[in-house]
Amino acid sequence: MPESADFIYKVEFNKQQIMNNIPLIAYLTVSAVMFFAGIYGFLSRRNMLTILMSLELMLNAADLNFAVFNKYLYPGQSEGAFFTLFAIGVSAAETAIAIAIIINIYRNLKNIYVDEVNKMKF
Amino acid sequence: MMSYTLIILVLPVLMFIFLGLCGGKMKPAVAGIFGTLGLTLVAVLSYITAVTYFFSVGKVGGVYHTITPFNFEWLRITENLHIDLGIMLDPISVMMLVVISTVSLMVHIYSLGYMNGEKGFQRYYALLSLFSFSMLGLVVATNIFQMYIFWELVGVSSYSLIGFYYTKPSAVAASKKAFIVTRFADLFFLIGILVISFYSKTFSFASLTSPTGSILGQHIGATFMGVSVISWAMMLIFIGGAGKSAMMPFHIWLPDAMEGPTPVSALIHAATMVVAGVFLVARMFPLYYFGAPVVLNIIAYIGAITALFAAIVACTQTDIKRVLAFSTISQIAYMITALGVSGYGGEAGLGYMASMFHLFTHAFFKALLFLGAGSIIHAVHSNEMDTMGGLRKYMPITHITFLIACLSISGIPPFSGFFSKDEIMVAAFNKDIILFGCLYLCAGLTAFYMFRLYYRIFWGENNKQYEHKPHESPVNMTIPLIVLATLTVVTGFVPFSQYVSSDFIPFHTHIEWSVASLSILIAVIGIAIATIMYRKENSLPEKVALSASGFYTAACHKFYFDEIWIFITKKIIFNCISKPIAWFDRHVVDGFMNLLSSSTNFVSRKIKVVQSGDIQDYVWVFFMGALVMVVSLIFFWWSSLPC
Amino acid sequence: MAGQIIFYVLAIVIIVFSILSVTSRRILRAATYLLFVLIATAGLYLLLHYQFLAAVQIGVYAGGIMVLYIFSILLTSHAGDKTKRVSWKRLLPAGFAAIVGFLICGHIILHNVYKIAEIVPVNTDMKKVGLALMGTDKYQYLLPFEAISVLLLACIIGGILIARKR
Repeated sequence: MPESADFIYKVEFNKQQIMNNIPLIAYLTVSAVMFFAGIYGFLSRRNMLTILMSLELMLNAADLNFAVFNKYLYPGQSEGAFFTLFAIGVSAAETAIAIAIIINIYRNLKNIYVDEVNKMKF
Repeated sequence: MMSYTLIILVLPVLMFIFLGLCGGKMKPAVAGIFGTLGLTLVAVLSYITAVTYFFSVGKVGGVYHTITPFNFEWLRITENLHIDLGIMLDPISVMMLVVISTVSLMVHIYSLGYMNGEKGFQRYYALLSLFSFSMLGLVVATNIFQMYIFWELVGVSSYSLIGFYYTKPSAVAASKKAFIVTRFADLFFLIGILVISFYSKTFSFASLTSPTGSILGQHIGATFMGVSVISWAMMLIFIGGAGKSAMMPFHIWLPDAMEGPTPVSALIHAATMVVAGVFLVARMFPLYYFGAPVVLNIIAYIGAITALFAAIVACTQTDIKRVLAFSTISQIAYMITALGVSGYGGEAGLGYMASMFHLFTHAFFKALLFLGAGSIIHAVHSNEMDTMGGLRKYMPITHITFLIACLSISGIPPFSGFFSKDEIMVAAFNKDIILFGCLYLCAGLTAFYMFRLYYRIFWGENNKQYEHKPHESPVNMTIPLIVLATLTVVTGFVPFSQYVSSDFIPFHTHIEWSVASLSILIAVIGIAIATIMYRKENSLPEKVALSASGFYTAACHKFYFDEIWIFITKKIIFNCISKPIAWFDRHVVDGFMNLLSSSTNFVSRKIKVVQSGDIQDYVWVFFMGALVMVVSLIFFWWSSLPC
Repeated sequence: MAGQIIFYVLAIVIIVFSILSVTSRRILRAATYLLFVLIATAGLYLLLHYQFLAAVQIGVYAGGIMVLYIFSILLTSHAGDKTKRVSWKRLLPAGFAAIVGFLICGHIILHNVYKIAEIVPVNTDMKKVGLALMGTDKYQYLLPFEAISVLLLACIIGGILIARKR
């Protein structure tokens, strides 16, 4: 692990054309706020759909992070962008399945509160 | 050579297994026939063995040698110590073979008639065969541990047979009492065996009792609490024998054992099992005489006291089987005393020879007495003397044979009892006058109570009313009576000292008429007193009983020995030893186990809350764990890196 | 200059609406706020010159997923009602986790990422993107593409199976 840390820190920044003056930190702050808002929502909500929505927030924050790091640290390459692409696709698939499960739960329990689905306990 | 003796042992146990497994499927009479045939074969083989041993092969250079036709190692404990199983033939074991097989055969034949129609007939015969096997194995044991094994087997057979009528609570209680008392004594026996084998590094009789063997040859000087180890061991072994032979204070089981069927009493509790203790002391006699003479003295005194005590109690009992039971205790005490006063070698070993002789004759006349009592009980359907009287008119054969047995046990010549008792008296007279006095008084009492019994049963009234007229027993019950009566008459004349002696060298005996006439005198006095008191019904017995009322009541209650034992076990052992141990077991040992389980339960109940089933709780823990890992990795691992 | 203003507007939109989405007591409003967040994120992608990504974000996330959510919400609950207040016993650990996490993250960011970087205006050609998606050389993404298509197939089948009427 220390090796890759060195790798990050030793990247050289050449003199480039200044386009925007938005620091990297700003983007990272935005994505951090989005992520931890998602954490808060996941842990505190009762309705399963809202929990899923918080999950979407978290995923979205991570995608943003990938895109931003790609643009700022590896301007010539585009792995980050493609990762984001595929991440969006996977998140869509996972959301669909989760909602299918929630529909099933709704049919059986007549509500979708997460504290009712607690049979796998002691 | 003489390997056919193996059949003597194996046949009864095979018969037991056969009758035990298949007996239920065959008719009772068939099972009886099988059992009897098996014992007949065993008896014939025993006679052949005896004849061969005593007349053909036994005597070598004037000494009867021990022949071991069969001996194999069963369990090897260490290099030197191993438990064998085998057959050893020497004079006393061959004599015992003859006695056991004869009496057992008579009992088998008798039971065909006596137990006819009883439930469990086949089980009875199976158990009789088991008993015969155990007793035969006991007497031919080559080593003391084999004897112990068969000792316990005999105890088990006795237990099963006493409790034969298992639906009667008194029979069940009696069988338990017999087993527990003898088992308790056997504990000491086992400790004695272990002590002696620890010091002598062997179990076998040949090396234990040979004069050059490890014990006697090396004069082991180890002592324990001031008394030599050999004395301790022999005392412990004697206690084991005392339990089985109903010496004081372990005699309490024998009167109660009369709850079993009468042929069982004849076989086990008169002729064979109860003499196992005598046989044990006789078997280990060289060790007793050379290694622990003090113990031998103690044995003699215990025997004399028991004989006197049992004779006194027998005078007051009203159940005929109880009278005979106490008579047995008394006669076995005679044998034990004879061993106790005996010396070793030739004439000095008179007591030993007399004891064995008395064992031999006593087996026959006591079995005869019991079988006769069985015949009477069969006719009158009751055990109590009060319900009997004047039976001589109805049962002639039983009457005559019973009379012969009474005369024999009282010591009237020319019956066998006179000869064997006389030898015992001579041996006691030569050793210790107090012991002689005890035995002398006891002889008189014996004559008295036996004839009291005889007169109460066969004479006494003139117009006794019976519900249905008593009749003589069937042939299969009277034949054994006649055979045993014949033996009682004849065996007195066997020159026993030519065959059995303490060092296996035959010697000559002659009747010392000085002592003999004294014993005849006291016997005649006893018979006379009994005749006066009991021949015709009169009030003399009540007057005598009233005049010694306290003593009489105590004797009637067998001197309260049962009560003393119950007090010791219930109040002392149960309360002081068993209850604390039980408390400890229940609360500490079980409590510890319960504590383990309940603490596990408690911990699991407290922990299981973690599995709440709530997804958000799980995710919270997951996320915090990830945070902790991140923090620890970054702050404690990467902190060396420039920030 | 304009870029900076647009960035800050979008950033404020994202922050405010994401917090509102997770704390709102009406579900449909939460869904709507989420929609706004997603659209604003698409805007951020555009600022970074990731036009294809922005389009995909709008089309898939905002257009597909959010519609799915709205359908489900309307299917499973009375959309206009306020949900019950959540007890503070649940809010406390959640808030604690979020705040602590945010602080740690912030600390890491502040201590390690400090450069004002300059972005190269790389014109990502759509043709290049297409070729990359379909190519099999190094740095080309045919395999993940096919894998994702299988995943989507599995998803379709799974979703129909789970949610079918018995």
